[in-house]
Amino acid sequence: MKKLLLSLAVLSTASLFVGAANLNLQQILNGDPLALEILFSSRLPRLLAILLAGAGLSIAGLVMQQISLNRFAAPSTTGTIECAMLGYVISLVFFGEFSQLWLVFSSAIIGTLGFIYLIQRIPFKNVVFVPLIGIVFGNVVEAITTFIAYKYDVLQSLNTWTVANFSHILRGDFELLFIAVPMVLLTYVFATWISAAAMGKEFAINLGLNYQQILILGVLLVAIMSASVVMIVGQLPFLGLVVPNLVSLYYGDNLKRNIPLTAIYGALLVLCCDLISRLIIFPYDMPIAIVMSILAGGVFIILLLRDRTYA
Amino acid sequence: MPDSARLLVLLAFSLGLVILTVALGLTADNYAYFLSKRIPRLLAIILAGVAIAQASFVFQTITQNRILTPSIMGFDALYVTTQVLLVLMFGSLSHLVVNPYINFVIATTSMVAFAVILYRFYFNRPHRNLITLLLVGLVFGQLFASISSFLSLLMDPTTFAMVQAKLFASFNNVQTDLVYLCSPVLIGVSLLLFRLHPSLDVLLLDQDNATSLGVDVAKLTHQIFILSAIAIAVATALVGPIMFFGLLVTNLSRALLQSYQHKVQLQGSALIAICSLLAGQWIVENVFTFATTLSVLFNLLGGSYFIYLLIRNRVA
Amino acid sequence: MIQVNQLSKCYQGKKVVDGAQAQFERGKVTAIIGPNGAGKSTLLAMAARLTSRDSGNVIIDGKEIAQWNTGQLAKRLAVLRQANSFAMRFTVQELVAFGRFPYSKGRLTDRDNQVIHSALAYLDLVELKDKYLDELSGGQRQMAFIAMVLAQDTDYVYLDEPLNNLDIKHSLQIMQVIQKMAHEMQKAVVIVIHDINFASCYCDTILALKHGKVVASGAVDEVIQGPVLSSIYETPFEILTVKGKRICSYMV
Repeated sequence: MKKLLLSLAVLSTASLFVGAANLNLQQILNGDPLALEILFSSRLPRLLAILLAGAGLSIAGLVMQQISLNRFAAPSTTGTIECAMLGYVISLVFFGEFSQLWLVFSSAIIGTLGFIYLIQRIPFKNVVFVPLIGIVFGNVVEAITTFIAYKYDVLQSLNTWTVANFSHILRGDFELLFIAVPMVLLTYVFATWISAAAMGKEFAINLGLNYQQILILGVLLVAIMSASVVMIVGQLPFLGLVVPNLVSLYYGDNLKRNIPLTAIYGALLVLCCDLISRLIIFPYDMPIAIVMSILAGGVFIILLLRDRTYA
Repeated sequence: MPDSARLLVLLAFSLGLVILTVALGLTADNYAYFLSKRIPRLLAIILAGVAIAQASFVFQTITQNRILTPSIMGFDALYVTTQVLLVLMFGSLSHLVVNPYINFVIATTSMVAFAVILYRFYFNRPHRNLITLLLVGLVFGQLFASISSFLSLLMDPTTFAMVQAKLFASFNNVQTDLVYLCSPVLIGVSLLLFRLHPSLDVLLLDQDNATSLGVDVAKLTHQIFILSAIAIAVATALVGPIMFFGLLVTNLSRALLQSYQHKVQLQGSALIAICSLLAGQWIVENVFTFATTLSVLFNLLGGSYFIYLLIRNRVA
Repeated sequence: MIQVNQLSKCYQGKKVVDGAQAQFERGKVTAIIGPNGAGKSTLLAMAARLTSRDSGNVIIDGKEIAQWNTGQLAKRLAVLRQANSFAMRFTVQELVAFGRFPYSKGRLTDRDNQVIHSALAYLDLVELKDKYLDELSGGQRQMAFIAMVLAQDTDYVYLDEPLNNLDIKHSLQIMQVIQKMAHEMQKAVVIVIHDINFASCYCDTILALKHGKVVASGAVDEVIQGPVLSSIYETPFEILTVKGKRICSYMV
């Protein structure tokens, strides 16, 4: 744990000093106003956004895996992200401007809840089936979004929004991401309940818990966390899926202990990917989504193929 | 009404729509020009529709699942990546990009090769699981999508616009030369798939029973996987991606025709494919007055139908 | 005749079937018995080319199973595994007609229709022939599957737990059919079965497995014996004789 936090601190510091504009410790200590301006309006917000998005989305994946009883479920494999985008397009088309946060949140919540109820009704023979259906479900919602976007000519703004990028994060437009902090804390507080629900409906009811309430709480956590990340940074493919799976691979399945670990590893992974994407064609930024999907997508495929329990 | 009568009605509908599509607004003066435009387009619609319908139906049989189509394996994304890569590497005026034949051959070859590699990979594993294979394909698809969106960022705007036009291929700008090149391939694949119908019927009894009845399940799965990959790849290169179309027509055919037999269902879904594509094209032109595209429309319809199937709990 | 030699299979490092030796003769019903996880179904599946094996061989009519063309073998050997449920709805007649696939490849001849009809009659299913499988009781459905196997017209028939979840009436009916298939039609019938008393009363030879190994085999009288069964099932057994049949009592 100590080593983890240390490497997080080192990488975070490194992240502060990487970028097109030159910035070094000397200037900051001397109180150079330009340097301080860069630090506080661009570099620090970017770092915070990375840490919050990484931690928040990984926790969202962890919770999703618990409540859907499937280890390949995550916001990107259950349609949550696509539902959030549908909400965004609706708010864009019907309210002119993007200010209807409640619409994005509620469509993400409704979509996720709907999907969870759906997969509970269908007896799946195969673990892999849930993410498969989830991704196809996401594609369906995306088709609806595209239909609306095409008709009202907002396809362009939708596209720029979906590819994750931290380079445009400035002070003043990332603060919504702080919502991840209370969400992670809530998850931690309710960890025992959530892991009881993860044992199945009968088991939870047998323990005297209100299964429906836990389920709705879980969906709220997942939907709000992932919707806010998508809105501010864009899609980070497979992050919520890969991090909790890797953590449980090496540390076991104790939810209470895994929550902080998942948050830290998530932040660390996004930080690394962001550094790679900033350095690979320096001084230009490559969208982090590409680094992420190659890295996390690769890990996902390996996870799928090494998993033998459903074969 | 027995299935044979229903098939006849579908056939009559298809023929009617074909005649309407070809003949509407034809006069003695313009017929030569209109026909030279309309007939290749019609041929493209029919061939692509039939190929997608057949490929989807048999694919659903080998995966024992009604809500899958081979399209979800990332073909669309790979097609886009191939086009972007060609332009980026050889320039927008290269023969590889401009010449429809060469471009088409490269695009289909890459898609089929991808499917074959995936399949080989799957077949060499001790625990075979077709659903895992599909998911791996899907993840690759997302990877391709990320790569092509990054590559298109590196292009200058005019080049990008040119590629973009190629990617949203639809029935309106079907390339005449390509249609005649694709025809033998698509007809051949459809016939080969159709010829497998007796063994496919037996496969409905699950793998073990099918093996007991003398069907070589591994060989059949292999044949179907490769044939449907070719069909989908060629159709995608010809008319552009319509992911949920196969899902829609196969399930409509199941709802409309009672027989479980592939002989009947394959004919049915092919005819339904022709009817719905022609009708869809008419709706896009006349009702939406081109405010939407055929692929958006079918993804919307097919997608909604997919959700309906899930809710109805018809997933096997 | 089917000869099984030194058949073995490992699954995740554990030997599921370990050097199994067996012989299935025409005109006889062979029961494979043993505790849960003894490898009974795996043995049957390997001897029917449904599952791959690690070592050993299966000789069917003098030819190794892997040498057989799978379509030709389907005319000699039929196998029915447990838990058959399909996505598609079939009527009884449609199901039984599938039994003719090895011969007609889907195009039924007059002879095929005759065979289908007599299979239906043999299992008393003529009145139910147009019913869908999901409209039948579990017992009737199992009869329909056995009719399909019968229509396949093979010398060798494997049935994996044909009595699973059936009531006493249907169990008796099915065991009588199985016995007739062996004795009257001269087939070799091999069944995996849990109920030792059914095995004792209706079968001719018994093969007992434990931990993947064949621990006893031979005629009913040789295997259905107190000490043998006690050691297989780790439960005290007492053998009674009722109307000339050996009946096991295992209530402590």
